[in-house]
Amino acid sequence: MILAVACAVGLLVADHRSDHLDTVRSMLSVVVYPLHLAVNAPAAYVRTARERMTDEAQLRAANAALGRENLLLKARLQQFESLEAENMRLRDLLGSSFSVGERVLIAEILSVDLTPSRQQVMVNKGTSSGVFVGQPVLDANAVMGQVIRTNPFSSVVLLITDADHALPVEVNRNGVRSIAAGTGLGQGLELLFIPKNADIREGDLLVTSGMGERFPPGYPVARVTTVRQDPDNPFMTVVAEPNARLDRSREVLLVWTLNPQMQQQALTGGGTARGALP
Amino acid sequence: MSDARARGGWLIPCSLLLAMLLMILPMPAGADALRPQWVALMTLYWCLTVPERYGVFSAFAAGLALDVISGSLFGQHALGLSVIAYAAVELHQRVRIFPLWQQALFAVMLLLVERLINLWVLGATGQPMPSLVYWAPTCLSLLLWPWLSVIMNDIGRRVGLI
Repeated sequence: MILAVACAVGLLVADHRSDHLDTVRSMLSVVVYPLHLAVNAPAAYVRTARERMTDEAQLRAANAALGRENLLLKARLQQFESLEAENMRLRDLLGSSFSVGERVLIAEILSVDLTPSRQQVMVNKGTSSGVFVGQPVLDANAVMGQVIRTNPFSSVVLLITDADHALPVEVNRNGVRSIAAGTGLGQGLELLFIPKNADIREGDLLVTSGMGERFPPGYPVARVTTVRQDPDNPFMTVVAEPNARLDRSREVLLVWTLNPQMQQQALTGGGTARGALP
Repeated sequence: MSDARARGGWLIPCSLLLAMLLMILPMPAGADALRPQWVALMTLYWCLTVPERYGVFSAFAAGLALDVISGSLFGQHALGLSVIAYAAVELHQRVRIFPLWQQALFAVMLLLVERLINLWVLGATGQPMPSLVYWAPTCLSLLLWPWLSVIMNDIGRRVGLI
């Protein structure tokens, strides 16, 4: 009993303080991956069954809606391309480098409940698809989190609302920079170290600033919901709500930032750059 | 004894596996916090019924497996489970002759200890403190224990384990 407790405490300290155990954990998680799949299976069956049972009218309606949305997005993309080219030209004039161009991979969230005290989800792509620790994860609307553990078949994503997570952001309206830290419980983000006279209003959009070199710059993160002045707090209390549908998304995007040569390839050779976003 | 040892031994890992599946099974949003401590319940049951085959180190292994599956810190569940397994194995002779409801109370006491150790680990590693709902699964386990005990006794007798 003493030995078991000593082992457990030793493991706890080792796991908390350092990352030597990550390889062990990754190997063990390959072993238990079938369990995760087994738990995911019923939910997946229910989903496929529901898909099969949708009738023709619904499918037609969905198809029409998607077609309209596609047309709208394409129209916006035309503008976006010319704007991007113009932006690059202006940046060239200024002599600053700026990387756009990312490759994305769609992964599916497994319906597995991980430990309730942490905000983390498991996705069905791992190192065999090139996923790496620290990789940014998005959903259709905004930044969701980053990969913290991988094994060959699956990986664990820490959401931006976890208490251990913080990411550098800026206000889209005026570029005020801050750090958005997760609060752990509930759904909010808190902006740290905002001086009392900073220009932040309710409704401001926060985007990634790219300062931490983890998240590519310019992706939406959250919208400011409360701005409060507390007399006992030397900083302003700013709470924001994530734009990503953290609890409802089914599919997520894993993002690779491309280096400049690969970007050129991705932009010119359309055939080889499957899944590449310009 | 050696003959009995060979029979029905698969039931223990199987039941633990089932308990672990139940621990990570997705639940509706509201019921999520009320998930009973399946693995701890199963560990207690085996420690009280067959302490010569399932002891502190089996509980430790089960805890580690649970840590890997649920993505918590290494040793978080292993610590709590080995402590309650020790207490259960020490006291199993006394507890076995208790009536069912008294056994359930005993089990709940140990489950509370396990929860407390878990909470201590969460606090010591600087993770956010859960709200009072954190203790609700233990109360649910009080209701579950008699059922679990009766059902597992039945299955155990059928496969010749007990």
